Amino acid sequence: MTSPLQQKLKITGPVVVTANRLGDGAVVYRTVDQQWTADLDDAAVVTTSEAASALLAGAAADFTNAVDAYVAPVDLAGGRPQPANLRERIRRAGPTFQLPTNMV
Amino acid sequence: MYVHDDFDRTLIAERVAEFRDQVRRRLSGELTEDEFKPLRLMNGVYLQLHAYMLRIAIPYGTLSSNQMRTLAHVARRYDRGYGHFTTRQNIQFNWIKLAELPDAMADLAAAGLHGMQTSGNCVRNITTDQWAAVAPDEIEDPRIWAELVRQYTTLHPEFSFLPRKFKIAVGAAAKDRAALRVHDIGLRLHRNGAGETGFEVMVGGGLGRTPFIAKTIKPFLLKRDVLSYIEAILRVYNQYGRRDNIYKARIKILVHELGAEAFAREVEQEWQAIKDGALALDPAAIAEIAARFRYPAYERLADEPIELKKPRATDRRFDTWFGNSVARHRMPGYAIVTLSLKPEGGPPGDATAEQMDAIADLAERYSAGEIRVGHEQNLVLPHVRQRDLYALWRALDAIGVATPNVGLVSDIIACPGLDYCSLANARAIPVAQDLTRRFRNLDVARGLGRLHINISGCINACGHHHVGHIGILGIEKNGEEFYQVTIGGRADEDAALGTLIGPAVPSGEVVDVVEDLVTAYVELRERPGEIFLDTVKRVGVEPFKERVYAAR
Repeated sequence: MTSPLQQKLKITGPVVVTANRLGDGAVVYRTVDQQWTADLDDAAVVTTSEAASALLAGAAADFTNAVDAYVAPVDLAGGRPQPANLRERIRRAGPTFQLPTNMV
Repeated sequence: MYVHDDFDRTLIAERVAEFRDQVRRRLSGELTEDEFKPLRLMNGVYLQLHAYMLRIAIPYGTLSSNQMRTLAHVARRYDRGYGHFTTRQNIQFNWIKLAELPDAMADLAAAGLHGMQTSGNCVRNITTDQWAAVAPDEIEDPRIWAELVRQYTTLHPEFSFLPRKFKIAVGAAAKDRAALRVHDIGLRLHRNGAGETGFEVMVGGGLGRTPFIAKTIKPFLLKRDVLSYIEAILRVYNQYGRRDNIYKARIKILVHELGAEAFAREVEQEWQAIKDGALALDPAAIAEIAARFRYPAYERLADEPIELKKPRATDRRFDTWFGNSVARHRMPGYAIVTLSLKPEGGPPGDATAEQMDAIADLAERYSAGEIRVGHEQNLVLPHVRQRDLYALWRALDAIGVATPNVGLVSDIIACPGLDYCSLANARAIPVAQDLTRRFRNLDVARGLGRLHINISGCINACGHHHVGHIGILGIEKNGEEFYQVTIGGRADEDAALGTLIGPAVPSGEVVDVVEDLVTAYVELRERPGEIFLDTVKRVGVEPFKERVYAAR
């Protein structure tokens, strides 16, 4: 079986590589210099499967800093990358309701 | 309350030390994620959308005040000040940091709490009736048997790598409050014609993408045989259960594919070979476990004391709450009190650290220091003197856990959904919140009678949507949240799966659809006392379907 990392990624638009930070599980994004950032604005945005595969391979190899890296679509319509689906919007911004401790 | 012995304390402490070392090795890079993941899962640590989630077992849903305070401490010190009680009598913390997990677990261990049996393909937390030992319709305390099964299955090497997770529930009352028939094994204590007490053994229930109601494969099993019979079931499952396809790996698929009778024969054959061996229970061993359960020294009291009658007559809010949230206790002068964790607009099953601390104090003062967690995601104070109910109610009302909606339309069971869960396709909590706002008028809700809404954010069905009187399943279509609606499901002794009423509806319409169903029910019911489920049973799904889709 081919490793998912060796499979050709089908990319239909701009994407970033995202993962969860090892120490606390926080959402992080891969940067152009193969580091991690918690700020989507600083993420590397790529548009080809080759570039996404390279970014993902670097992310997966960095297993002491982040976990479960994958490719996620972004929307560049506003000039800055925005998560392109609800799951990624929630990952970036947190639950869509007030947390119980903020309700009182 | 069950009092741990030295063996339990040592086991939990050693587990924390072991996990501390595993976390250290993971953080230093000695372990890869592939190596670490199964280890963390064996301790109830999941990685969710935004953070790690720690699931802590609450065996048979029983907590002491001290344990509740420890949960509050963990919520405050290591998380974001709240916890989420689940449909399997566990609690989850959603924002735990990996590096701090060993310290959190050490604090939990000091109170006898841990994450074993909350994840992985093992026997999970053993659940039971939240009214165990206090319900008038119960024949004996099922927790003794749940504890026995817990001890037997915890870290059992033969059952630590089953084809898939395995859930066991035990009940001992005429009314099933533990959802026995949607468990891998449901054990119901009852008396046979000769007056002996034994177990009805049900196997192969479960929800998820392929839901089944459990089949009874042994109508009466002597108590002495319960462990050997469970072992026989697990061995047959271990041998024949599918490991090639995760979607077909649960025992319910095996029971379905073999047929309940053939499955029962396999179990019987295995059991005959082992039933008189080491697992045949010695009454002294049972007595030893039973002796470790401590019960309150009940006072001799009369029902309906003046301290209860008077405020009921003068304080309408109290009387309403009493009628909804207080149940009859097996002891005269006592009551079972349900604390609603379903306030209007709140996430179902969540409690803040402040609420947990306050509940721990109130349990100490009014309920012999004992709290229960129910699978409906509410809490219970099981030993309250009726004369204390008014004072207790005022205290519960002050901390927001006295909404008189228990068992009503706004007492919604919901999974964490896409707001937290990495498996979810759609959100569940906001749907529940919107529904509690739509049905905020509790006079109207009481007029509707018993009506359970269950919501799941994906087909894995953690919100038990298949057995909701109204079940709501979130799905994703072209990047948008849609919801399928079923009606007629139930998780009690007459357990049944709901029937899909039609195509999924967009998220913006799901609350309206539920309101349409409720309106149709009010028009269709024969009399006010006929509950939603009975109306569905009597008239079928069609009139409801017509009401929902005619205008859409």
